[in-house]
Amino acid sequence: MSLISADNIQKDYKTGEVTVRALKGVSFEIAPASFVSFVGPSGSGKTTLLNLIGCLDKPSSGKLTVADTDVIHLDRKQSASFRGSNIGFIFQDFNLIPVLTVYENIEYPLLMVQSVPAGEREKRVAALLEAVGMIDQKNKYPDQISGGQKQRVAVARALVTNPKLVLADEPTANLDHKTAYMVIELMKKMRDEFKTTFIFSTHDQKIVGEAEIIYMLEDGELKGMETKGGKKNG
Amino acid sequence: MGNLFKIAIRNLLRYKRRTLLTASLITVGVVFVLVFISVTGSFKNMMIGQITDSMLGHMQVHRKGYVASIENLPLNLNLRQEDVKQLEDMLNKQAEIEAYSLRIKFGGMFSNFVETTNIRLNGVYPDKELKSVPLLAGRVTEGKKTLDKGGIWIPELLSKGMKVKVGDAIVVVATNKDGSVNGKQLIVAGVLESATGPGGRDGYIHIEDAMEILRMEGMEISEIAIRLKDFGRLNAFSKKLEALISKELNQPDKPIFELHTWEKLTPFYTIANMIDVMTFFIKLMLIAIVLISIMNVMIMAVYERIREIGTIAAIGTLPGKILNMFVIEGFCLGIVGAAIGNVAGIAIIYTLNLLKITYNFGQQKGLILQANVYFYDLIVISATVIIVSVIASLQPAFKASRMEPIKALRHV
Repeated sequence: MSLISADNIQKDYKTGEVTVRALKGVSFEIAPASFVSFVGPSGSGKTTLLNLIGCLDKPSSGKLTVADTDVIHLDRKQSASFRGSNIGFIFQDFNLIPVLTVYENIEYPLLMVQSVPAGEREKRVAALLEAVGMIDQKNKYPDQISGGQKQRVAVARALVTNPKLVLADEPTANLDHKTAYMVIELMKKMRDEFKTTFIFSTHDQKIVGEAEIIYMLEDGELKGMETKGGKKNG
Repeated sequence: MGNLFKIAIRNLLRYKRRTLLTASLITVGVVFVLVFISVTGSFKNMMIGQITDSMLGHMQVHRKGYVASIENLPLNLNLRQEDVKQLEDMLNKQAEIEAYSLRIKFGGMFSNFVETTNIRLNGVYPDKELKSVPLLAGRVTEGKKTLDKGGIWIPELLSKGMKVKVGDAIVVVATNKDGSVNGKQLIVAGVLESATGPGGRDGYIHIEDAMEILRMEGMEISEIAIRLKDFGRLNAFSKKLEALISKELNQPDKPIFELHTWEKLTPFYTIANMIDVMTFFIKLMLIAIVLISIMNVMIMAVYERIREIGTIAAIGTLPGKILNMFVIEGFCLGIVGAAIGNVAGIAIIYTLNLLKITYNFGQQKGLILQANVYFYDLIVISATVIIVSVIASLQPAFKASRMEPIKALRHV
């Protein structure tokens, strides 16, 4: 049983009179609790694919199922609710809310998206603060912590709703190598602990090696898939 | 909801200078409107008070058709004795009435035995008149504040022009409704300070002297001036009394009486209306200030936070909640501006009253400004500011809530 099933997905962007095909018939399946990476050069379609999986955008054609839901036919409000319940996001620029503390940033999805009761919220936020090693920094604002710490907060925020899937678009692009490894290790640890599927995109070859399944994209096409055990054709 | 307020307040505090400037602008607008309303309201109330309490009364009843010819003081349109009796019976039953005064109004000649001039006279029962227009006694600047039979209160201008003093004998000559002329010698009992408006230069004599001069066999009354216990109930009571008197019909089944409130008897009502119109436009200015400043600041806030909007939308915040976040920011700005404006406005009005600023109204000099701010005004102005703030925030908030997360996240 797969968590994500993509069948012949195409995505076209129209720029004036010109139509650009960003994805050209991509098909794949991802099982639950996987640690997956989409790799490829700039413009290969990694971000577009993550946006489609994350219900931030819709494919021009093809079939896409995430957590047993046909996400193509969700309207705006349904998409927002689906994301709030099933998907966590980690952004390249961390995207923490600057007026909220570390604690409040992690708490935000529980409070503003899921309306979880206070006791349960406190428990879940405290557990994640502990897990990402940010308990001492919980009252600091984003501008008072480092880039690596911000991304750890972002990981905790993505996981706090117990989503089935976490999407991370170039999560280590703005971090130094050491911190980037630490963030990837943290993501893996979280996957092991919470059984959440992690999908991240990157073009950093050293980071790619940390993924258990690697999908290679080029010019909007899936060129191959590699697992820790060996190489398969796409 | 509490968390939305927390986020809104923190976002406002994030741009302290901008928030301060916008809130200050609203505050200045609220202060300006409050001070304007209280000062003009004070002037308007004083003007209405002077006119109703020293001359007109709150309302008047005449014989049908009298007011159309009021400038001529037509004696043939006076109320007959039996009509007056009927009317008095009706008025005595009305609990809302504090007092009423019967008046015979007529024009005549005033002579100091050397010079002669014209005069408008009111024949009244002094005790009833003073209860119906209580500021009248205050207008007596020289002489007695009571008027006995054989005495006359003359206007100040006449006293100066004709060089007549309190205690001097004068003669009043008038033509009655049949055209015969009669005169009577009276003693000047008092000099009345001139007041602006119709009736402000009238003289007063006892009603029995008026009947004697006009050779009336029975009492024929020009008007009945009515004073209410509560001026605020003027419109409600005038409707009630109008309904009652309209039932009294003469032979051809036409109404005998007509009722007019003070507004219809003096041109100063137009000035009072102009003050209201000015106040309305000042309020419109306040609305414009709040609308433009809040809309401007909220448009800026949305523009600066596009990526944040994208982030919260991406992680599942519903569009309605995003809309609320921005609306609440505008709401908070409105509340702060209105609250500070109210406090500052009340302080300024209190200071104005302490300074005892004086002004003139027509012939009356040195009236002290008594600016009042009513709770009702505070509520209306605050509610207007807050509602306009919310309305002004709606467009930017709606724009934020409708943003596509993917586009917002790409925004640089």
